[in-house]
Amino acid sequence: MSGITPQEIKQEFLKSKMGIAGIVILAILVATSIIAIIAIPVETFQEWNNPSSWISNPKVAIPIWVNIFMADKIPEHKILDSPNIEKASRGEVELISHQFGINFDYDDFPNDFIYEFSAEYSGAPLLEISVIRPDGIALDLLATSLPYSDGKTTHSERIFSTDDAIKKNLSLQSEIFGFTFDRLSAQDIVFSETLENKPLKGDYIFLMDLYGVDSENDIQDSKLIIGGKAFGVMGTDELRRDLAIGLLWGTPLALFIGLVVSIASVIAGLLYGVYAGYKGKKTDEVMMRFNDVIYALPALPFLIILSVTISNSIFLMVGFLMIFGWVGIAKVARSMSLQIKTRGYVDAANMMGQKDSKIILKHIVPQLLPYAFASIAISVPAAITTEAGLSFLGLGDPSFPTWGQILHDANIYGAAARGMWWWIMPPGVMIAITGLAFVFIGNALDAIVNPKLKR
Amino acid sequence: MKKYVATRLATMFVVLMVTLLITIALVGSNMDTILKQGIVFQVRSEITENPAIAESFSSVNEFEAFVQSQIDQRIEILGLDEPWYSPQRIGVTMYKIMLLDFGHATFLTSDEGSSDVKDILFEKLPRTVLLFTTATIIISIIGIFLGAFSSSKVGSVIDRITSSFAIISSSFPVWWIGMLMIFLFAFTWQIFPARATPDIPISDPGYIGSLLYHMALPLITIVMIGFGSWAYLVRNFMVGIMQEDFIIAKKTIGIKQKKIIYSHALKNAAPPIVTILALSLSGSLGGAIITEAVFDWPGMGRLYFEAITVMDLPVIIGATYLLTVFFLISIFIADLLYGYFDPRVRTGQ
Repeated sequence: MSGITPQEIKQEFLKSKMGIAGIVILAILVATSIIAIIAIPVETFQEWNNPSSWISNPKVAIPIWVNIFMADKIPEHKILDSPNIEKASRGEVELISHQFGINFDYDDFPNDFIYEFSAEYSGAPLLEISVIRPDGIALDLLATSLPYSDGKTTHSERIFSTDDAIKKNLSLQSEIFGFTFDRLSAQDIVFSETLENKPLKGDYIFLMDLYGVDSENDIQDSKLIIGGKAFGVMGTDELRRDLAIGLLWGTPLALFIGLVVSIASVIAGLLYGVYAGYKGKKTDEVMMRFNDVIYALPALPFLIILSVTISNSIFLMVGFLMIFGWVGIAKVARSMSLQIKTRGYVDAANMMGQKDSKIILKHIVPQLLPYAFASIAISVPAAITTEAGLSFLGLGDPSFPTWGQILHDANIYGAAARGMWWWIMPPGVMIAITGLAFVFIGNALDAIVNPKLKR
Repeated sequence: MKKYVATRLATMFVVLMVTLLITIALVGSNMDTILKQGIVFQVRSEITENPAIAESFSSVNEFEAFVQSQIDQRIEILGLDEPWYSPQRIGVTMYKIMLLDFGHATFLTSDEGSSDVKDILFEKLPRTVLLFTTATIIISIIGIFLGAFSSSKVGSVIDRITSSFAIISSSFPVWWIGMLMIFLFAFTWQIFPARATPDIPISDPGYIGSLLYHMALPLITIVMIGFGSWAYLVRNFMVGIMQEDFIIAKKTIGIKQKKIIYSHALKNAAPPIVTILALSLSGSLGGAIITEAVFDWPGMGRLYFEAITVMDLPVIIGATYLLTVFFLISIFIADLLYGYFDPRVRTGQ
């Protein structure tokens, strides 16, 4: 325990493969956190629980990389928002055409398609939606006039593939197809081969044509969503949220919770234990009895009661976790300081009339630092898993997308029963990886601090 | 020794009282609000059932005053006019709780329909014992033998596998593994039931079989996650002891390695092992709140969780009390055992 200089610790640590592995994982996690904080707009974080901000994402979509391993390609969810814009005028009629090209290369029909736009116009322009398919057939989907207005107006609308008019228009063109349409939805027809109802692969072009007499008509925020069953790196959940964003945000949160709780509890426990051990006698007795009381409190039930009755804010939760974190460390620190206290230099310092606080901070605490670092590293995983557990029970802070919170949602929406592995696996794996990084570092340090374990 | 036991007992009693006080302090104000709301509701509904009372008043104000006085009267009868932190009320509550009189649950009932908290608690306890204590016993047996074995071959493949398995398994949350196990073995391959609650009545002769079948998945999960760290712990104790002089002396005399490990070294590693065993056995009585919630196992942990979600305060207080009592008893037994095995502790050196 004693007589190890920081240099020696560093050397020994760099020799340990486990310690290096832990540091590498931790570095990756820290990098991820920094990327999350810099690259992802903070709004997504605040909007995590706002369903309307996730509306253009698909429900429970599988991660897209799954397609690599699948023989039958699952249609990806595509949000097309940069159309080819063409303007033309034929006599009095002005035409604005937004064209969306999409390469459809999947073995299943998309879920739906949605056209989202806001048009600036006067009068009652005509909106025509048609699609040119890979086999050259052009299908008219919709022809509708926008609501009449005398002056200039802006009109926003979402046109869904479930629209009755689209269905009707398609049924008028049913002679192209060699199968009956009953019970088929629009996307099953538009993306189908002509002879059989099978997906037709190739390039599709969706044309959104706005005919009007006013030359200043315009379409803005034009967006075509081809609803697929696969989305993003990590898929989406029941509430259409992009799980990749949740997982990324979870990293800095977990590191914050784990590190703050463990550092604060180790410091508190260390000072408490050292003080008790150094003072001895009555002080020691009283302080250790208090320690026993806290030690005997059942932690999880109390954490649950605290979060239910006081508040489930993540910052208070950190405080609650600290209440139960310092106890064990205080016990060990006390017994260590009992040993150090008997050494000559402590006696000498005492006789020279140095203050207790100075002796403790200058002569005793530095001796315990290696042990303190090991305990910090070892107690991080417990803090993270406890917070995750509380969140999992639904007692966490719902405004923060922690990993436990994601797992809680997964459990509520029956992800296991519905086979949504991409909702269950990644958060748990992240918790475990983060835990492992600290356990590795802690064990490597521990082996240096307690050489007996090594051999 | 007597003094040692006496101080321990005194500390335990203080701890128990402190725990109770904290629990009451945390839920007390809520409890009062809920009780008072109940009274208001009761008075109002009695009056609506009896329209004659309402008709006998000329003005609305007069009627409201009458209702209020009725409410105040009942609050006073129940002693709720004093705040929950008045010494008298806390004293009465704590005395009752110490005698295991937890009162009646607000919402929850036992399977037989009794709302007495004591009935509910003692119905759930055996189930938790069945699952978690069994798991703890299995874990400790596997752990002790695996740990002793790998300590005899430090650095071997088995030792490395055990150590790394222990480290890896300890960083996974048990409940997450539980979710995964349910996902794999209840839904993907339908081997075990997803909900651990047996779905046939207790009177049915097949109940025990069904219970064991439902118990399998949680049991496997707990054992799988638990035995690694046990083995690792035992291994580390043993490695420490194997370096002691008396073991080296035995080796030089020529006693067989196997005999040294399983009879001499294991005996010396016994104190910490037995202590941990005592702690985890009694800790297992409380079950694991999250694990039981995941597997839907109808034990103490799930009861506690349910009680908290509906804020059934008598049940919360009762369960906390019982859990604390078990926890304290286990610490006490562990302390005594440690004192028995290691005489240095007793004399306070």
